[in-house]
Amino acid sequence: MDAAGQVADAGGRGQTLRVRGGGTKYGWGTPAGDPDVEVSTSELDRIVEHNEGDLTAILEAGVPLARAQEQFASAGQMLALDPPLGEGAAATIGGVIATGDSGPLRHRYGAPRDLVLGMTVALSDGTVAKSGSTVIKNVAGYDLAKLFSGSFGTLGLIMRVAVRLHPQPHQTVTAVGRANDPEVVARGASELAHASLEKECVDVRWENGSGAAMARLGGVTAGPQAEAATRLLHEAGLDTELVEDDFDLWARQRDSQRSADRAVVRVSGLQTELARTMRAAESLGGSLVGRASLGISWITIDPQRIADLRGALAPFKCVVLDAPREVRASLDVWDAEPSPLAQRVKQRFDPAGVFAPGTFAGGI
Amino acid sequence: MAHKLIEELRAACGDDNVVTHPHQLRTYESDGLLRYRVTPRAVVLPGSAEEVQKVLRACHEAEVPWVARGSGTGLSGGALPVEEGVVIGVNRMNRVLEVDLPNQRLVVQPGVTNLDVSKAAGPTHFYPPDPSSQIVCSIGGNVAENAGGAHCFKYGFTTNYVTGLELVLPDGELIEIGGKELDQPGYDLLGAFVGSEGTLGIATKITVRVVPVPEAVRTLVAFFADTTHAGRTVSDIVSAGIVPGAIEMMDSLAIEAAEGATHAGYPADAGAALVVELDGSEAECEHRFEEVRKVCERNEASSIRIAQSEEERALIWKARKAAFAAMGRVSTHYYVQDGVIPRTRLPEVLGRIEELSKEYGMRVANVFHAGDGNLHPLVCYDGHVEGEAERAEELSGQILAACVDAGGSITGEHGVGYDKKGYMPRMFDEPDFEAFQRLRCAFDPAGMANPGKVMPTPRLCGEVPGPYRQHPLEAAGIAERF
Repeated sequence: MDAAGQVADAGGRGQTLRVRGGGTKYGWGTPAGDPDVEVSTSELDRIVEHNEGDLTAILEAGVPLARAQEQFASAGQMLALDPPLGEGAAATIGGVIATGDSGPLRHRYGAPRDLVLGMTVALSDGTVAKSGSTVIKNVAGYDLAKLFSGSFGTLGLIMRVAVRLHPQPHQTVTAVGRANDPEVVARGASELAHASLEKECVDVRWENGSGAAMARLGGVTAGPQAEAATRLLHEAGLDTELVEDDFDLWARQRDSQRSADRAVVRVSGLQTELARTMRAAESLGGSLVGRASLGISWITIDPQRIADLRGALAPFKCVVLDAPREVRASLDVWDAEPSPLAQRVKQRFDPAGVFAPGTFAGGI
Repeated sequence: MAHKLIEELRAACGDDNVVTHPHQLRTYESDGLLRYRVTPRAVVLPGSAEEVQKVLRACHEAEVPWVARGSGTGLSGGALPVEEGVVIGVNRMNRVLEVDLPNQRLVVQPGVTNLDVSKAAGPTHFYPPDPSSQIVCSIGGNVAENAGGAHCFKYGFTTNYVTGLELVLPDGELIEIGGKELDQPGYDLLGAFVGSEGTLGIATKITVRVVPVPEAVRTLVAFFADTTHAGRTVSDIVSAGIVPGAIEMMDSLAIEAAEGATHAGYPADAGAALVVELDGSEAECEHRFEEVRKVCERNEASSIRIAQSEEERALIWKARKAAFAAMGRVSTHYYVQDGVIPRTRLPEVLGRIEELSKEYGMRVANVFHAGDGNLHPLVCYDGHVEGEAERAEELSGQILAACVDAGGSITGEHGVGYDKKGYMPRMFDEPDFEAFQRLRCAFDPAGMANPGKVMPTPRLCGEVPGPYRQHPLEAAGIAERF
């Protein structure tokens, strides 16, 4: 039976189900009992279309993101999503979209919800429905693709998506500024965030008493632009460096969003509170990577310190991503109040409560 | 409608802010699409979220449908009133509440104009979505329609810039979704609401992201013998990895009209004009602008005009942005379409439009957001001749069919509204509509928010189990239960 058939079947029997892509983020969310059925997207593995001239593609949900990127790269293009790909680089496009995961490229290109043009989903009553389109501009019908992005598989099975692609930057060079004072790092990050440069990424990093603000510049003039960024960092009081071969540096930023043995907490913060966020991580023995101008940070910390971190960063929402199961079971990983409207959305799309009940924000 | 409701609206918003006189109501009988007119029973102009709540609660109690309205510039009849319904104008809610540039956020009320949002962020930052009507159109309307504009190929649409909303749901409940912070836990209800065309509730406070003003902007307009050469130029620019801030095409008839209205100096004999604007860092901009110029030359541009000053840039844009209004000089009546195609299919779709134009004996001008494939054909007709309006509409429909057949969409930025709901089945099937309706029912189970728009056939929400009760729209024969 195909994946949509399995969904309809489970719905018909009133069984609970969870969707599994590459399995790299299967441990996220509120721990719940084992589902009756696990639906794998492994057979939904076709790159259906890659329209080079239109900078769009249609992918089935189970396509590993790494494989799709290889294909796009052969045309000098990319899907501008660079979240950590997990063990064996197994993360699939469906899983990345369902969890709304993102990496440093988010600065310029947005989150999965911003790059998904259309989506086909299977609902628990057997309905297979599409929304959006395969062109980069469209406002016909409700944007259900955004609703399903980041819904952690609690509304339905994402079967296929149409995505927008971008040209790979001609060249990239990164300006890095280092300092031992969170205030100085934050000042450098703010200078980068507000500079009129072609920035692909603007990140911060803090660990073991020192930190860095960094910007990846792209284009045919990446070098001169990175030099300009370096000057801004220098004037803000940071020790600067120009990194031309910057692949590893950004891979490290991305990979620091995951942890196999500690807890990773995603903080929905603000640019102006970056210094405070870094200090909170530092004082609790944690480390941080973040998107400086977007105000989102990932803090890696001893799982026992999560409550303290939330206390220090309130009212910012602190969502626990990676953490041992018993830790996730002992607190609300979502840091969220129940939303009656969200519950009504869940009831309408999955009235039988088939999709991953009890795993999502607000008790959904 | 019961007199009681009018009294409640007056009590909620003050006598001066409730319009019931037939002459005054006529102002509200259509939006920017003048072909459809419906006189509402009343227009109410609330001044705060609390007043919006009172109005929606009163409508909910009275089971009277309502339509929210910004500046009424929409081109799909999205703000067309409902017969015997209430129009809720948000224009009095027109304050910029907070300018937080260090966090790149602005908090505004829905009646603030798009241009005033950008002005409030200036001169260091700006708000990228810039529909042609930006001087008057409201940010609330932009949220409802997910407005785009000339710069969205590079910068994205309204939905990419709204980070928080305060909403009044159709039963009068006030809720907040999102905020200044991104990635708050829970469903992306922001993404679902933006672009929902006023069918899910009324936004009473809007938080948007603004971005630094680019260091440099370079603009040129190049003229070509025909749209084929101009189209090839667009493809060459994009495949060189250049992402222009804007890239706009006009065909000969659009050029003729725009030149007549603005005297921007566009050559009358040009077959196509291409406006290309690059923005970003000074160095990058200069370098790539030179590449763009060479691409234009390689594709046999007959002339290239590079803006040497802000005035010259403004003049180039004036001609482009005036193209719709300027059509009045060419034709007494015209019908604007808003199809989208995969950009690479441009030559065949333009060819098809030309065929249709000949077949119907009607001139069609084309204005095109070329980067993102958003085509605005303007179908010219003489409204004084009986039957011509209908034929123009039919021709427009054929154009949309050609867009969908090419893998595109029936609307890129104007919305479905009332005008294009009949074309929705070209893109979507019954299960898709059924899925849309689930979202609608989560927000508006009673179906009071802008009924009769977006969906091709009105439909009601299945009730949560309970005794059957006839719905007022059902009783009036407007909708049936599925």
